[in-house]
Amino acid sequence: MLETRGLTAFYGDFQALYGIDALLAAGETVAIIGANGAGKSTFLKAIAGLLPSPPDAVRLDGVAIGGLAPAKVTRLGISLVPEGRKLFPSLTVEENLLIGTYGRAPGGHWNLARVYALFPVLAERRHAPSTALSGGQQQMAAIGRALMANPRILLCDEISLGLAPIVIRDIYNTVPAIKAEGASVLLVEQDIVQAMAVADRVYCFQEGRVSLAGRPSELTREQIHTAYFGT
Amino acid sequence: MTVWLDTLLQGIMLGGLYALFAAGLSLIFGIMRLVNLAHGDLIVLAAFVVLVVTSALGLDPFLAALLSAPILFAFGYALQYLLLNRTLGRDILPPLLVTFGLSIIVQNGLLEAFSADSRRIGAGALETQSLPLGGGLAVGVMPLLTLASAVLAILALNFLFYRTSIGRAFRATSDDPETAQLMGIDNRRIFALAMGVAMTVVTVAALYLGMRANFDPTIGPARLIYAFEAVIIGGLGSLWGTLAGGIIIGLAQAIGARIDPEWQILAGHVAFLVVLVLKPRGLFPRAVD
Ligand SMILES: Nc1ncnc2c1ncn2[C@@H]1O[C@H](COP(=O)(O)OP(=O)(O)O)[C@@H](O)[C@H]1O
Ligand SMILES: [Mg+2]
Repeated sequence: MLETRGLTAFYGDFQALYGIDALLAAGETVAIIGANGAGKSTFLKAIAGLLPSPPDAVRLDGVAIGGLAPAKVTRLGISLVPEGRKLFPSLTVEENLLIGTYGRAPGGHWNLARVYALFPVLAERRHAPSTALSGGQQQMAAIGRALMANPRILLCDEISLGLAPIVIRDIYNTVPAIKAEGASVLLVEQDIVQAMAVADRVYCFQEGRVSLAGRPSELTREQIHTAYFGT
Repeated sequence: MTVWLDTLLQGIMLGGLYALFAAGLSLIFGIMRLVNLAHGDLIVLAAFVVLVVTSALGLDPFLAALLSAPILFAFGYALQYLLLNRTLGRDILPPLLVTFGLSIIVQNGLLEAFSADSRRIGAGALETQSLPLGGGLAVGVMPLLTLASAVLAILALNFLFYRTSIGRAFRATSDDPETAQLMGIDNRRIFALAMGVAMTVVTVAALYLGMRANFDPTIGPARLIYAFEAVIIGGLGSLWGTLAGGIIIGLAQAIGARIDPEWQILAGHVAFLVVLVLKPRGLFPRAVD
């Protein structure tokens, strides 16, 4: 469904990605792991249209979508939950969720009531400023906001970052419900154990390249260690 | 006593005019961090548009302003979409240079088209009518209408900002333009809409500018200064603060003028400096920036 071929990305003169080939099939959960600075966030940003890339480098159902403006990519059904949540501080929780509807892809399951059913705590805090939420609640709001666009593909950047294990579990427990509504999930995760548990397949990034790819059951600890840290 | 009460009333109502000058500037800065150096000249441009519509169609000035508003909305939209959007980015210099250039172009274009003669938008009997308040006090109907329009304009803008879906997009874009784009918001369109709204408020400001006193193509920059001062006194990004800022400048000018007519303008600037020293972020700074 979503495919990148030789995807490169630059920040000015600095090259962050050196030709990434990756695939996300319909219904799959794919995790990207890798050390800090490996290029994981850059990869998601390039898919979302926040960084320029040649049209052919990103394909959705075989159609070249590389380099489209982020607003257009969202309308095609690809939503990013950005690293660090990035809620809008001058908006309430509910307004943050409603902002998600601007790029709504046609059709789909998600609305306010359903997001509140998925994350009941957000319903209680719906009129609070988004800055008043705890870290876990903010992460839920950021996921809910992305869901409001009815994504076919949900890109999640480090949704467990800085959260307590019990909160991380709560958040990951919602993934099956999200997938049940027809979304495929591409997630970046620093926590290898978490990534292995949730993903059908994983890619490991190292310095802007894919250093390892495969199903969790087929990868050995040693392989992962090498791919993660280099040798 | 009556004299001073009268001075205070005049000052507050004059502040309404400055708040109208400033509201558009405040809006634009709040949403896209654009400092529009051509703002004063755009007010004058709008005054000429209202004047032309009034005289060409023989209309009442209020009706003429109502007709001019959509024209100026469209002008603002196009100006932002086609020109100013290209100047926005990390570097703050390009928008300053381009709006400075725009200011010169508008001034010279108006001089070319309308000459340096001073003009006035005739408002008939309204110009001299006043309401007696008793005790020897009276307020002019025109100043009262100006203040009422300023309050209404700020109320309307606040409604737009906090109660509508487009206002939500304005605030989100102002908070974080990159993430707003991820939500499917087209920043260029949002900025263009914001400039259109600002030009609509500018039309109201221009109407009163032109009805209350003579104007000519060169008076824009001085209006820009008052508008700036009102915005900064009020705190960047706060519309009610902008109204308060306008009123403070108006009050200071009226009090200064009462003491000595030559002090009017200076007193306004001094009030601005005093607020800046005491509260560098203005009276009502936004919590998040
Ligand atoms: N905005 C930016 N400007 C310049 N360099 C950046 C920027 N964002 C990331 N980088 C660099 O790109 C590389 C990849 O970063 P990133 O994709 O954020 O890594 P990860 O998400 O895997 O930790 C790093 O070397 C980082 O320093
Ligand atoms: Mg990252």
